[in-house]
Amino acid sequence: MIANLALQHELETLYARYAEVLDDGPLSEWPLMFTEECMYKVVPRDNFDSGLPLAIVRCESRGMLEDRVRSVEETMMYEPRYLRHHITNIRVKDNSGEIVDAVANYSVIEVLLDELPKVLSVGRYLDKVVRSDDGQLRFAEKICVYDSVLVPNTIVYPL
Amino acid sequence: MDTRQSLKQWASGDFAHVPFALYSDPDIFDLEMERIFEGASWAYVGLAAEIPEPGDFRTTAIGNRSVIICRDRKGVVNGFVNRCSHKGVKLCREKSGNQKMFTCPYHRWNYDLQGNLRGVPFIRGVKKQGGMPADFDMQDHGLPKLQIAERNGVIFASMADKALPGLDDYLGESNLHYFDRVFDGRELQVLGYSRQLIPANWKLMFENIKDPYHASLLHVFLVTFGLFRADQKSGVKMDESGKHGLLISQKGEQKKSEHTTDMQNLRDDLRLSDPRLLDPVREFNDEATVVMQTVWPNLIVQQQSNTLALRQLLPRDSGSFELHWTFFGYADDDEVMTTRRLRQANLMSSAGLVSGDDSEVLKLTQDGVTVNRDDATVMLLGGTGTGDEDHMVTETAIRAFYKHYREVMQL
Repeated sequence: MIANLALQHELETLYARYAEVLDDGPLSEWPLMFTEECMYKVVPRDNFDSGLPLAIVRCESRGMLEDRVRSVEETMMYEPRYLRHHITNIRVKDNSGEIVDAVANYSVIEVLLDELPKVLSVGRYLDKVVRSDDGQLRFAEKICVYDSVLVPNTIVYPL
Repeated sequence: MDTRQSLKQWASGDFAHVPFALYSDPDIFDLEMERIFEGASWAYVGLAAEIPEPGDFRTTAIGNRSVIICRDRKGVVNGFVNRCSHKGVKLCREKSGNQKMFTCPYHRWNYDLQGNLRGVPFIRGVKKQGGMPADFDMQDHGLPKLQIAERNGVIFASMADKALPGLDDYLGESNLHYFDRVFDGRELQVLGYSRQLIPANWKLMFENIKDPYHASLLHVFLVTFGLFRADQKSGVKMDESGKHGLLISQKGEQKKSEHTTDMQNLRDDLRLSDPRLLDPVREFNDEATVVMQTVWPNLIVQQQSNTLALRQLLPRDSGSFELHWTFFGYADDDEVMTTRRLRQANLMSSAGLVSGDDSEVLKLTQDGVTVNRDDATVMLLGGTGTGDEDHMVTETAIRAFYKHYREVMQL
């Protein structure tokens, strides 16, 4: 019981930090929240439900996460924007082995500077969390399945 | 100045100065729906691989009108407008599925897989009371049918009343050649979908894909990694009418040349941490590594390295359109190739490292043209002509598009 509470608390902190890094930066810390051999995907729910493999973002290593960050910061052109991630319903599905299976709901509000806030994406995270040698919890896998299949223009920053 | 005045000032034969009003005027939009999307055009509506079995259907739209595409019991593909003849209810709400009949949820009018009305509850009344008039004939109240044409697994439909030419005549020689290059008869495998709502006029999307000028300037990612550059061997080709277009190019290198001084965004210092993201292999029997084809009035066929996609334009109103991406490969792709296609999709989707620049700049364009209605574009790159070119420093394909547009719209 105590161990479960401790794990739940650690996960809450992990997700809070995840949101903070994406919303307030520095974005360069985002890849460090994943393992070297991670898998990060952003998948429309209709693809996910029908078993179609296409993800709109697919990073198969921490290196690919770094490449995404570099693109967002140095090569992509987009309107300035703020994001705010809200991550709720964090639940451990299975922690019997080395890997913790966790799920959470998320919604991301996007603010373009001349417009009212809007929901950019809403969905859930299907995650595998592991404890690295340095004692930190990291994502070995994060699948963002988004219900909002009609994307309002462009997803620039990671979900 | 209202739109009519802007159009009066638009000299005939001028395809370089498109009045900004054309991108935001709701009356123009309505006219486009009527003359272009409901007119004599073949609109892309789906793939045969998406409806392989009898009863399989998918809903999509031609212009802003919802349509159903389905395969009947004999295996024939049919298309009809997705609205009940009774009260206009949107008949089918699902994106895809399998049905024996289409039944309206409101009063349970029933249509078969060819769109014929087959059942009207209480048609003869109850206890000799009410019911439809004796001369009501179900044959007169089927769903409005579409013409259907299919080429190598790609399905097109038309709302036009009169018979249209076949797809080979419609596409013309060069566009048919490049269409058949990707759709060569091999069985297609759908890898998945991505949809986005872009707050811009639908024509701006076509202009973007017909515009090789921007690719070297806006897309730092493409330029930096040599996927598309103004100094590469390339070409722009249209059909005779100008309505379809092709941008064809070859991959170059990530180094500066005498021509890259204008490309201030070329970053020869950038390196990928994980180069598996860009690991293209040659898969077609020519030198082209990117072919972007625009097919009037609603389709973009994308071959950028090994990422293959159909991008379907679904205009909503003068200021927005849905862009539906269908990513595909071939049924005989091995796992390595499929993974390569899935990785390269990072460049092109609603979160694309490259296409994201486009959806963003399209919104900024719409923001500008909507409030500056009296102005017009200055698309003079490469002159005022509308013919094929063997270089990328030209807006000829956009001008050719407007040549055809003006003809069809009678503007």
